[in-house]
Amino acid sequence: MGKFLVHRLLGVLPVMFGVSVIIFLLMHLAPGDVTTVLLGPQATEAAKTELRHALGLDQPLPLQYGRWLWRTLHGDFGVSIATQLHVAALVLPRFVNTMLLTVASLFLAIVIGYGAGLFAALRTRSIFDRGTMVVTLLAGSTPPFWLGLILVLLFAIRLRWLPVSGMTDMAGDGGALDVLRHLVLPAVTTALGPAAIITRMVRSSLREALERPHVRVARAKGLSRGVLLRRHVILNALPPIVTITGLQLGYLIGGALLTEVVFAWPGLGSLLYDSITARDMPAVQATTLLIALAFVLVNILVDFINVLLDPRLRDA
Amino acid sequence: MDVPSDRVGVDGAAVAPPGEPRRPLSQRYWRLFAFLRDRTAVLAAVVLLAAALGAVFAPWLSAHDPYEADNLLRFAPPGTPGHLLGTDQQGRDMVARLLWGGRVSLLVGVVPTVLASIIGLALGMLAGYARGLLDQFVMRVLDVLLAFPMVLLAIAIAGVLTPGVTTEILAITVVLVPYVGRLARTATLGVVTMPYIEAARAAGGSSPVILARYVLPNVLSPIVVYATTLMGLMIVVGAGLSFLGLGVQPPVADWGTMVADGRVVLRRAPHVTVLPGVVILIVSLAFNFLGDGLRDALDPRTARR
Repeated sequence: MGKFLVHRLLGVLPVMFGVSVIIFLLMHLAPGDVTTVLLGPQATEAAKTELRHALGLDQPLPLQYGRWLWRTLHGDFGVSIATQLHVAALVLPRFVNTMLLTVASLFLAIVIGYGAGLFAALRTRSIFDRGTMVVTLLAGSTPPFWLGLILVLLFAIRLRWLPVSGMTDMAGDGGALDVLRHLVLPAVTTALGPAAIITRMVRSSLREALERPHVRVARAKGLSRGVLLRRHVILNALPPIVTITGLQLGYLIGGALLTEVVFAWPGLGSLLYDSITARDMPAVQATTLLIALAFVLVNILVDFINVLLDPRLRDA
Repeated sequence: MDVPSDRVGVDGAAVAPPGEPRRPLSQRYWRLFAFLRDRTAVLAAVVLLAAALGAVFAPWLSAHDPYEADNLLRFAPPGTPGHLLGTDQQGRDMVARLLWGGRVSLLVGVVPTVLASIIGLALGMLAGYARGLLDQFVMRVLDVLLAFPMVLLAIAIAGVLTPGVTTEILAITVVLVPYVGRLARTATLGVVTMPYIEAARAAGGSSPVILARYVLPNVLSPIVVYATTLMGLMIVVGAGLSFLGLGVQPPVADWGTMVADGRVVLRRAPHVTVLPGVVILIVSLAFNFLGDGLRDALDPRTARR
């Protein structure tokens, strides 16, 4: 078990190296001159050359990459061009807010997906089952940013139950309840697509597990449905469900980026959007790198949970 | 024959077993009939055809110019005489804008998927056929691309480069290549162990000939099915990029930018936001149904129960 974790964590290094190269090159490809952004259009050519030298932009590309990587590994993401703040200080609170939204959405997606999937699997071909399938199909194709706006229209503008956007009210106390009220719509918006896919997976995986011979025997023995599910079905059905839940995290993080913009949720997504609009490359770099790292680590966690659940995978 | 677990596509769908060489003509017609019997899939195909025709013939179909503002007729609700689906905050006709918007939106959904399928197919087939170092190298590079959440990488690429339709297409293509590449490699690995490949090699067939004549036809159908489903997803992703202003630039609008435009007048005229979203939803759904239908028709074994 420990060996598995160490092996997977070591595997992160080459992947993150590749990720950092891609992000570095991408920023390098960005059109426009940093020195013009920093010094303004009136700057003389000499001043630009001097700044370029000070920033190390006149050095060969691999050397620039090495220096950037070295600083990044030490937690120095540079200074944001738009806000003149240290990017690390800018990114950290945003990261916490994004985590809050992502975890809340994941929780919702799991509760909805596992619940609806379980009921649909136990009542195959019932009205509930068919209805669930129709809804999951629709939810899977709905653009999340649009869904967010529709929810705002219904629950914030028409019914006035929930706030339109932001994370706290100006007049509010900024306490947990206030944040929670603001969290509902973005979390539902982000969760719906992944919840749909999880529902379908839970349903099909459970149906398959229910049809296995040992379950039929257990049923013939007269076990109650609850005992049957707990002892013989659920553990067998879990691995594909955990895998698909892990895959959904990718969509969830991606979806959260868009949702944050719709709801002005102060997380990494809206920071990424603002930084791109302001062409603030150090902030874009740090945000992208951080999200990718989180995504890679989460995937390892999912694999680890799967190994815990299914001993057969341990030797693989 | 059981479908081995390694022949499962990225979305968990079973990939057609690569066992048989090309079927005789009559059997290929049979596939067409199987598809035509699937009413949902045919309906989906009709919807997509209508959307495509609407986009292509937009200038002849719409009575209004999509960019022509009419200050006297702003926020007209759907059902207004002369404006079937109403007008937006500048008095521009919604029907015209949806038809013209389809030109960009469909392009952004379809073109990158086709490009990525071709590139991914080539990479995956090469990796799976050559094995060894080339395989290792290609797969590690694809792994790195897969380390980004799909939307994040698309936003980063489209956001850093000069915004526009070309950038958007490029961004989505890059994001999709690893997904198709992995599927193509898995399918190729299943094919290359088949006796007819060995026979072709023994008969002196060169690698390019074997790849083109014996491997490609047998790995194509899972890729086609997967690509069709991806188009549905990419319509949504592309609309998301446009929504963020990273795609097509004003005054040209696609369905994503229309949703973004409507956002400011959500309270006053919800239809400006609602309608383009509904269109995105329907088209994306149609691609999904078409993909399901193609899968069932191309591989009877996975036909739905």
